[in-house]
Amino acid sequence: MITRFLDLLFADRRNSAGIAKDRLKIVLAHERASRDAPEFLPALQKDLLAVVARYVEIRDDMLRVNVGRSGDTSLLEINVEIDGANVKPVRNVSAAEPPKPAPRIAVDRGSPVPWAEPG
Amino acid sequence: MAKIIVLTSGKGGVGKTTSAAAIAAALALRGKRTVVIDFDVGLRNLDLIMGCERRVVFDFINVINGDAKLNQALIKDKRNDNLYIFPTSQTRDKDALKRDGVERVLEELKEDFDYIVCDSPAGIEHGAITALYFADSAIIVTNPEVSSVRDSDRIIGILASKSRRAEHNLEPVDVHLLLTRYSLERVKRGEMLSVEDVNEILSIPLLGVIPESESVLRASNTGTPIVFDQESPAGRAYVDAVARFLGEQREMRFTKPERRSFFRALLGKA
Repeated sequence: MITRFLDLLFADRRNSAGIAKDRLKIVLAHERASRDAPEFLPALQKDLLAVVARYVEIRDDMLRVNVGRSGDTSLLEINVEIDGANVKPVRNVSAAEPPKPAPRIAVDRGSPVPWAEPG
Repeated sequence: MAKIIVLTSGKGGVGKTTSAAAIAAALALRGKRTVVIDFDVGLRNLDLIMGCERRVVFDFINVINGDAKLNQALIKDKRNDNLYIFPTSQTRDKDALKRDGVERVLEELKEDFDYIVCDSPAGIEHGAITALYFADSAIIVTNPEVSSVRDSDRIIGILASKSRRAEHNLEPVDVHLLLTRYSLERVKRGEMLSVEDVNEILSIPLLGVIPESESVLRASNTGTPIVFDQESPAGRAYVDAVARFLGEQREMRFTKPERRSFFRALLGKA
């Protein structure tokens, strides 16, 4: 009874090293990805945002572009969050210039993409 | 061929200067001709840790500018004939550390020494970049604590992209982890990142674990590199780390609970 009470009281403190480790892993994964990112990435992100914004209302932080690796293959990963975004009425848009072609990136369609893997 | 080793961390106060002094002294004790250079221009402290602050006449910047000869600025350690200290300047001019000047001085030192140990300033500014630029090996001094681990990761990235070896497409800088101020007690209580945790996050080879020890403050109070204190656990851990650096296999100490002595076990005491 007393030990259970103590466990409850000190649970957070006992686990603080584990919390530290988890936080570090997440923040370093982000920082490493942006550190190794190719230079064209911010421009690509801006162009993609402009295109998506023609169809749905989207904030800057709802579209993320990353370059990752899966085995020997480089992957261009584009995540667009549109859940809760307002759909704009579709117009005949031809005004905006098509974005300049980005450098070609090999995508191995055979292997599953890392973010689709179970777990 | 002389080897240039940089001690760096990004974060301040993790024990770079203490470690630079200890590692240089341990290399000298192993018979290697060693010079330890203070790169922290404007905040000279290696002289105090090495106990030679009253013998500084000329400094690194004087030699770079050609105002003094190398042998006028190098201070020979009184405890070990293989060990020399190269103090930095107290100037506030941060650009005094010119890269071509530093390179010239390092080339001259390479003729006389086996190991050139560079004590980097904290941060990722000019001084820190200059200290790591010419390195063959880097020892990343890290505390088992979130901000230190994060800054170490940043510095590892900089070594891989901004060092001379990276810029010239040479073999990359040989990077090692030195975990300092480690408290096994706190790790066991789940309050401190363990060696395994830090190793898993940074994934660079582990050179050594230095236990938190009262003897470190005592050593800096008296201006004695900690490896000269035979009794100090931290001093012994540095000696081990240097042995590993020189290619020896040594088991990690102070990372697992000490084996209980026979009598203590008999008495049932922890």
